[in-house]
Amino acid sequence: MYKIVTKKVLNSTVTQMEIEAPLVARKARPGQFIILRVDEEGERIPLTVAGTNPEEGTVKIIFQIVGATTALLNHKEQGEFIQDFAGPLGVATHTEGVKKVCIVGGGVGCAIAMPVAQEFHRLGAEVTSVIGFRSKDLLILEDEFRACSDRLFIMTDDGSYGRHGNVTVPLKEMLEAGETFDQIITIGPLIMMKFVVLAAKPFGVPVTVSMNPIMIDGTGMCGGCRITLVKDDKRVTKFACVDGPDFNGYEIDFDEAMSRSRMYADYERHAYEETCNLFKNA
Amino acid sequence: MAIIPKKHEMPTQAPEVRAHNFSEVALGYSAEIAVEEANRCLNCKNRPCVAGCPVNIDIPDFIARIKEGNFEGAYRVISKSSSLPAVCGRVCPQETQCEMKCTLGIKFEPVGIGRLERFVADWHNENTAEKPAAPQSNGHKVAIVGSGPSGLTCAGDLAKKGYKVTVYEALHTAGGVLVYGIPEFRLPKAIVAKEVDTLRALGVDVETNVIIGKTLTIDELFDMGYEAVFIGSGAGLPNFMNIPGEAYKGVYSANEFLTRSNLMKAYRDDPHTPIMKGGRVAVVGGGNVAMDAARTALRLGAEHVYIVYRRSMDELPARREEVEHAMEEGIDFQLLRNPVEILGYNNPDDPRDPKNGFVTGMRCIRMELGEPDAKGRRRPVPIPGSEFELDVDTVIMAIGTSPNPLIKNTTAGLEVNSHGGIIVNEGGLTSRQAVYAGGDAVTGAATVISAMGAGKIAASAIDKALMARK
Repeated sequence: MYKIVTKKVLNSTVTQMEIEAPLVARKARPGQFIILRVDEEGERIPLTVAGTNPEEGTVKIIFQIVGATTALLNHKEQGEFIQDFAGPLGVATHTEGVKKVCIVGGGVGCAIAMPVAQEFHRLGAEVTSVIGFRSKDLLILEDEFRACSDRLFIMTDDGSYGRHGNVTVPLKEMLEAGETFDQIITIGPLIMMKFVVLAAKPFGVPVTVSMNPIMIDGTGMCGGCRITLVKDDKRVTKFACVDGPDFNGYEIDFDEAMSRSRMYADYERHAYEETCNLFKNA
Repeated sequence: MAIIPKKHEMPTQAPEVRAHNFSEVALGYSAEIAVEEANRCLNCKNRPCVAGCPVNIDIPDFIARIKEGNFEGAYRVISKSSSLPAVCGRVCPQETQCEMKCTLGIKFEPVGIGRLERFVADWHNENTAEKPAAPQSNGHKVAIVGSGPSGLTCAGDLAKKGYKVTVYEALHTAGGVLVYGIPEFRLPKAIVAKEVDTLRALGVDVETNVIIGKTLTIDELFDMGYEAVFIGSGAGLPNFMNIPGEAYKGVYSANEFLTRSNLMKAYRDDPHTPIMKGGRVAVVGGGNVAMDAARTALRLGAEHVYIVYRRSMDELPARREEVEHAMEEGIDFQLLRNPVEILGYNNPDDPRDPKNGFVTGMRCIRMELGEPDAKGRRRPVPIPGSEFELDVDTVIMAIGTSPNPLIKNTTAGLEVNSHGGIIVNEGGLTSRQAVYAGGDAVTGAATVISAMGAGKIAASAIDKALMARK
């Protein structure tokens, strides 16, 4: 069992927790993820590490309440326990040789982008962050990004905070103005990452995307997280859990990944509604 | 007394009943049948069956005790050599091991050694509450990576010798392939849990949720005071055919399909982990894993389940008993057939159609057997122009696995072969000092008992090496 040391509501649908898991806290690097189960009957879900405190032995996770499992997790309070917490999994974000980086985060993906931005800042790289949300209510981690970014663009789809528009707007402006980056790293909804790649392509800036496909074991056993890379017109199967989650954005077959991510959409909607009803009745 | 020429039949659930439930297919011998079957053993002098057993159980001795009605005594004989008797009695391919060597088998059917082993283990589990006492400690610590059959065997053997053993398991439940791979109807999970409890009683610590190569490395295990490490991390990533359409929704690896059903209990009515149930299913492959996947799909409510295998029945690598059970249950064997493409739904008028991207069928080609390959197996060759379509909405690929890279990538000096399997000597020692390995991590996908045999050999080598150090 793993103790919830702190719990903080970041907005109406996003929660942050620090979980006591000393072995994971010692090892986890930005870009890696963990797998957890809320209770003995629960499903295994992957969540990216949002930070660690090796001295305290805690790992920070930030999750959006999107389905039954995240709803259950959100019902746990500080001091309570979750059943399983395993990691760190996946390959850490590659930072070597990157002196000037642009981090592009969308929605709850910003929670994953934040430790990556902090790491580059710590290593002395020049960090430009572009973070986007649907509206002001859903904004998270503004102070954290401000602290680790040399430049910060906040975008909202409805214009209720920061600039009006999506994350590709300032990215395109910078690239068109002749600015360049050693690396763009984008983390968020698949459709957003696809458009970030398209925006960067004419300028030839390398783009790393962080994939978050459906997973079960997360350790390289089940193959459910497979994604297709297209290299020189050849299609190659890779596994996000052991080969990723970071991949070269120019090689990802986004349309396939988007289709696969909706495999259990009906089931998930049903399970989520069931769980919500359960809490309503309680 | 005249010899009964045939093995006593194993009582089973009727095929039409069991095809719709996840309860165990084979029900096990009664005490009376077990004694009668034991009486078929000639107790011959040269005891060829013992050499046929990868863990060298003293088979004639345990059978002699069954004859006397001393079932607990029989259990003690088996447990001297095997840490998992209830498991082996169910999933070992006895027909190619101990029973193949049986003297009685020259003229008649061999003694039902596997069925007797299962009887003895089940009798013990039902009638003996007492757990083995932890042996006196010898003060040495050994770490085991993975709680599958090789790891549990190695752990059990070392614990019995007084070693302080810790087993590290990446998943949330101990048992490895015995819990995520082999289905409930062939190996009830309660039996695996009981065998693990027996090891715990011997003083073995089982740490779940620790991924060696990630949470801790092999080198860190030595820093923590372990004097030897055994790697039994299993087979690894599933292979796909690299044909078009394998990313469509409804295409699973057998590992994923079985893990969802077995480990995550997706077979229940209201599961937390989803799985595609019902419909028409094609399982590609001919091994035990393919049989398990096909029979699981059937029990999940599939209307029709195909096995698609590129060679003929004679080459089918699965155990005969599993193939027969599958056929009785109505699995449709499409032999000498090979998939060339998986077909999916794509509505050209509506990119948001929720059916888009789901499997609608599988295009296959007929095969014939050509010249023998290097191993002497006749190579299947496609017959040009013989393509046809199977109408299916789920495809399960059961065509083997490739070794998991996590440990290799984080352990300097650990040598692997061209397939990624860890290289070991005859005692299970790897290229790294005091690091041993066995099971599928070494051989690629093989059987439970061969993994147990490797765990046993490594345990003995570890014991020798550590005792020689003093």
